[in-house]
Amino acid sequence: MIEVPEYSVPLARPKLGSAGKTGFWRTSRPVIDYQKCTKCRLCVIYCVENTIDLMPDMYPRIDYDYCKGCGVCSNVCPHEAITMEPEVK
Amino acid sequence: MQKARKVLALVGNHAVAYAVKQAKPQVLAVFPITPQTTMLEKLAEYIAEGELKAELVKIESEHSAMATIFGAAVAGARVFTATSSQGLLYMTEMIYWVGGARVPLVAAVATRAIAAPWSILDDHHDFVSKRDAIWIQMMAENVQDAYDLTLMAFRISEYPNLLLPVMMGFDGFILTHTMERLEVLNDEEVDEFLPPRKFNLIDFEDPVSIGQVADSSEYIKYRYSAMKAMENAKSVIEEVSKEYSKLVGRNVPGLVEDFMCDDADYAIVAMGAWSGDVREAVRRLRGEGIKSCLLKVKTFRPFPKELIRKYLSEKKAVLVMDRAYSYGLGGVLASEVKSAMYGLQVPVYNFVAGLGGQDVRPTVIVDMAKKLHEGTLQEEVWLV
Repeated sequence: MIEVPEYSVPLARPKLGSAGKTGFWRTSRPVIDYQKCTKCRLCVIYCVENTIDLMPDMYPRIDYDYCKGCGVCSNVCPHEAITMEPEVK
Repeated sequence: MQKARKVLALVGNHAVAYAVKQAKPQVLAVFPITPQTTMLEKLAEYIAEGELKAELVKIESEHSAMATIFGAAVAGARVFTATSSQGLLYMTEMIYWVGGARVPLVAAVATRAIAAPWSILDDHHDFVSKRDAIWIQMMAENVQDAYDLTLMAFRISEYPNLLLPVMMGFDGFILTHTMERLEVLNDEEVDEFLPPRKFNLIDFEDPVSIGQVADSSEYIKYRYSAMKAMENAKSVIEEVSKEYSKLVGRNVPGLVEDFMCDDADYAIVAMGAWSGDVREAVRRLRGEGIKSCLLKVKTFRPFPKELIRKYLSEKKAVLVMDRAYSYGLGGVLASEVKSAMYGLQVPVYNFVAGLGGQDVRPTVIVDMAKKLHEGTLQEEVWLV
């Protein structure tokens, strides 16, 4: 274990959401239509923020606490199963 | 009591290289630049002859030299680099990285004027330009001082939880290329004074990244802690100075050194090699009945403002010798001294000279001090 006094050497450890809950940056929300989803996992691979996980049944699930709504998943989905819906109506 | 010591005659660059060899660094990365080059050559020679077991990285620039030892220092190695003038400027970005990351390491700076106009000769502009980089900055008066401060620099830098890099400045050519008598320690004594380095940020059980972003609420906390560390460094330097003095059997002050200040009416404040000329000037002035003294600033950062106040508060007037100038304000050292003496009713005069290797002799300093005594000295005087 590396021990240095607090706020001396600026160092970072791997951690969930070190920049806080960035989900509130989102202006539009990706919504998965599980009727159309084929579990191809392209959205999981392409998510730039690593906020899409696989559930035990292998369907993807978006973590809206950290999803910034960039829309990459919606773009790469070959079955148009992910639609971007405005956060503010 | 004075112990019998091994005595050598070395030029400043070789004296620093000798101290570095005894400190046993594992990684060196040095780019040659006048007037530091002969130090690099000596270190390369020590490695070639097997006297120093270290990796000497033949690097393509000063920027990369500092980056290399930064990485090696993070990974637990004792490291060293040296540069000068334009090289120090080129290294600047990495100097701030190292200071901000609070990584203990040591760099020597053979001070030299900055272009333009081009000059390879001595002044302090390069050295003082790094005053805000979170580095401890110490400056030597002579070759013995350069040797002592290099060893002390490693000890101070690696002092438990201080976490600050140290820059050891010594005047280009005046010290780097001048052969002087010096007393050196035995290798075993240095081993005891500099135990194996403990700082190491590589732990595979606890991986960390260095150089990450800090958001606006965090950034200032690091800088606040750096401010505290620099203040704390003053007592660490004093402690290491006491420890070193005891080891060598000589008095080796850490922050400031006073010469005849007890009963003096006038004080001359100086930093670096020309402190020796001021000593001689003080002797001559005292011969003529003018009670003057030298206050030598050995540590420039953290600036020993408390000691400056202590030594100068009762003086009739103070003359500050400056080999570096902040254009549009005043002499760099004079500004710092004035700031340290804020509120005291002691006039501070500024003598700016020695830029670009200009020769300044004790007679010149004596003349200035006499004018100070007569009350005819202007507040700021340039030797032109």
